Amino acid sequence: MDIATFFQQMANAMSLGSLYALIAIGYTMVYGILRLINFAHGDVFMLGAYFAFYAVTALAMPWGIAFIVAIGLTGLFGMGLERAAYRPLRDSPKISIMISAIGASFLIENVGVVLFGGRPKSFPSIPLFDTVIHFGSVSVLSVSLFIPVVTLIILAALLWIVNGTRTGLAMRAVSTDLDAARLMAIDVNKTISLTFGISSVLAGIGGIMRTMKYPQLNPLMGFMPGLKCFIAAVIGGIGNIQGAVLGGFLLGFIEIMIVAFLPELTGYRDAFAFVLLIAVLLAKPSGLLGKNQTVKV
Amino acid sequence: MIRTEGVSMRFGGLTAVSDLNMSIQKNEIVGLIGPNGAGKTTAFNTITGVYKPSDGRIIFKDKDITGLKPHKITERGIARTFQNIRLWSQMDVLENVLVACHLRMGVGVFASTLHLPSYQAKEKRSHDFAMTLLESVGLADQAHEAATSLPYGKQRRLEIVRALATQPSLLLLDEPAAGMNPQESIELMDFIGKIRDEYDLTILLIEHHMQVVMGVCSRMYVLDYGETIAHGTPDEIRHDPKVIEAYLGVD
Amino acid sequence: MKRNTILSIAASLVILTAVTLADATLGRFTIRILNLSAIYIILALSLNLLNGFTGLFSLGHAGFMAVGAYVSALLTMSPAQKEMNFFLEPIVPFLANVQLPFPIALIAAGTCAGIVAVVIGVPALRLRDDYLAIATLGFAEIIRVILTNTQNITNGAQGLKGITKYSTTWVVWSCAILAIVFMLALVRSSYGRTMKAVRDDEIAAEAMGVNIVKVKSTSFVISSFMAGVGGALLGHMITTIDPKMFTLILTFNILLIVVLGGNGSITGSVLGAIIVTVLMEALRFLDMPMNFLFFKTDGLPGLRMVIFSILLMIVVLYRQRGLMGNKEFSWDGAFSLLGRKRRSGKGGRP
Repeated sequence: MDIATFFQQMANAMSLGSLYALIAIGYTMVYGILRLINFAHGDVFMLGAYFAFYAVTALAMPWGIAFIVAIGLTGLFGMGLERAAYRPLRDSPKISIMISAIGASFLIENVGVVLFGGRPKSFPSIPLFDTVIHFGSVSVLSVSLFIPVVTLIILAALLWIVNGTRTGLAMRAVSTDLDAARLMAIDVNKTISLTFGISSVLAGIGGIMRTMKYPQLNPLMGFMPGLKCFIAAVIGGIGNIQGAVLGGFLLGFIEIMIVAFLPELTGYRDAFAFVLLIAVLLAKPSGLLGKNQTVKV
Repeated sequence: MIRTEGVSMRFGGLTAVSDLNMSIQKNEIVGLIGPNGAGKTTAFNTITGVYKPSDGRIIFKDKDITGLKPHKITERGIARTFQNIRLWSQMDVLENVLVACHLRMGVGVFASTLHLPSYQAKEKRSHDFAMTLLESVGLADQAHEAATSLPYGKQRRLEIVRALATQPSLLLLDEPAAGMNPQESIELMDFIGKIRDEYDLTILLIEHHMQVVMGVCSRMYVLDYGETIAHGTPDEIRHDPKVIEAYLGVD
Repeated sequence: MKRNTILSIAASLVILTAVTLADATLGRFTIRILNLSAIYIILALSLNLLNGFTGLFSLGHAGFMAVGAYVSALLTMSPAQKEMNFFLEPIVPFLANVQLPFPIALIAAGTCAGIVAVVIGVPALRLRDDYLAIATLGFAEIIRVILTNTQNITNGAQGLKGITKYSTTWVVWSCAILAIVFMLALVRSSYGRTMKAVRDDEIAAEAMGVNIVKVKSTSFVISSFMAGVGGALLGHMITTIDPKMFTLILTFNILLIVVLGGNGSITGSVLGAIIVTVLMEALRFLDMPMNFLFFKTDGLPGLRMVIFSILLMIVVLYRQRGLMGNKEFSWDGAFSLLGRKRRSGKGGRP
């Protein structure tokens, strides 16, 4: 492989990795606070992309405004989802919450099929993101450069919210001990709702950025990325934001690099994440940056 | 019967139990006391294999059982109850005891499912044994009620019966009198003495009710912040200045 | 006890006679629903064994079904059929000329699924709750990816066509009854009780001498065996299989049956399987073009799944116990119910 191809692949891996990281953060935040795999997170990601699509096409909004509207709607949707599907089950057995999450995921996907149609839609081109930039013999799509930058900005903002604000303090308190937090007069419902809001906003941004890179939308587009990003979050150490970013990048790199170096394995691409997941869970179940937890007897 | 040699249990930076040296003779009833958070339950958990001790060895019937899986340790003859009652909530009283009988039945999944004659005989024996045990604590009438619908005191007794059903030689009781009124506590003391004689048991118990511990134990160990600060007969413990200090605190 | 055993055997015979008669008289569409119900009974029972009786939440069922379906299909196909199917790349020599009788292939299907379960279970069963769910889902996806990519064994994405239709009404219902009897015997046995103990409180079970690793693995392997057999029967019923059939949607349908019927109830799984299968076929019209009096729709694919997702959510949110809770049908219960009705009927008239 020549050096240009290598850089080409690096650029691909960077943008895929940061996309994964962005969605993985959403999983890790919700898991951190509720110990719940938000199975529908990938579908929220899909909705973000569709909201943006309809804002730009049907409502003919300029793309900047359309994106903001879409991201806002996705955040609200996430809060509504928590309200409807998870809050009533907060004290139920874990299996019930998990089943509700799977039900919600299927519901969103299939409502998507009914409302948006099963056939893929193409996002209209936005020149700012669509330009091909050449660095010597390496050429990348401009959006591939935006994605890592946006991810890093969001990461910085998020770490500030979680570690530097009162809201973040409440989030950490609820995540450590929900009942104790309630006794300390923290509005637990509001904090959880907000966490879902933030995580869905991130999914919305992720959905839009992914559509900029691969301008095809279909109602099932969230399923695989959703699973993979959950895996990224677990690999990094679920509940840990830096871990989710690390896991996302790691997964993105491994996927791109294996396909680049061992093209005969391309067909197995979707299986890499799962193999990696199982390896990590066996070697270090708490993930790369996670803390070990002992079950109390 | 059982000996712990320098057993320590650390969680990260926290040492829950340090250098525990206990030795219990056959048919003794020994108490393990100490203020909340002294490491008593952790000591139980290391003996029964829930945790693997960070240091030290546990010798039971002259064999090293350190680090064995909990079910293997139960098989060797150590059974326990739990501080925060852990009955199987979706099963009735009798079934709770029958599960514990399974260990000594020696039937696999196939014999069990096919209801082979050998299995049916064993199942009948377990059933009779379980009912005998339940009768001895006055729970036979409630054999088919949901285990968790029993009042608290009876749930504690059911836990003891369940532990007995594994046919142990050493029984570990974690706060058996918790939540009982004085009358029930006295009954419990008698009951503990009775099962020791009837089933040839050695008993180690954690208890906060001083009346119960002093009344039923021949010796006791006192833990504070994971350290063994005293051991001896109830009388010795009662007058030990270190124990008084640990319980009452000093300025 | 004796009376009830006789009643149960009689009921089984009545069911078998009834379905055999149905097979001779009813139309193809009805028979399809009837047979599909039987297969879903087997699948739901196998998932319930894990989910409802052992407390292991697995999402990998479709994977084991796929293994069973492929094994049985490949073992029963004639060399000529294989040659027709594998036109892109010839089948590996050791499979090319094998042709076994259906019962042996069916057992082989279950056994292979069981073996895969051993390989997967050893690492995966160390995980708890949601991690186990994701890991099993991951394994099912890996199985699907492998099936898609091993062109010379499975014929890849093209799948297998022209599988012999061995899944007659009689065969599938016999298997279903066998599965019901087996499950009843298992969960009521001493071993079955240890499974329930693991489900209710793992730590207590371990402390009472239950080897939880062994109990969980046994449950996982038995469940996978049944899923493999179910998958094989499904393949021999619709006569065409491909890797796309065995996605999470299939597992979702089975999960819906188990949850709807009641986690931990065999009766519930049987009822759930029949209800969901009938609904699934009855609501097929929703996905087709519709012609109302005043307006026409072109059909809304996905609407059927919307209804099923809502159904699942309603059960989980408002009636977690499902139809049956963890209760079972029993002859004594049925008689006392009848007796009470009769008595109250008499008493109701002054």
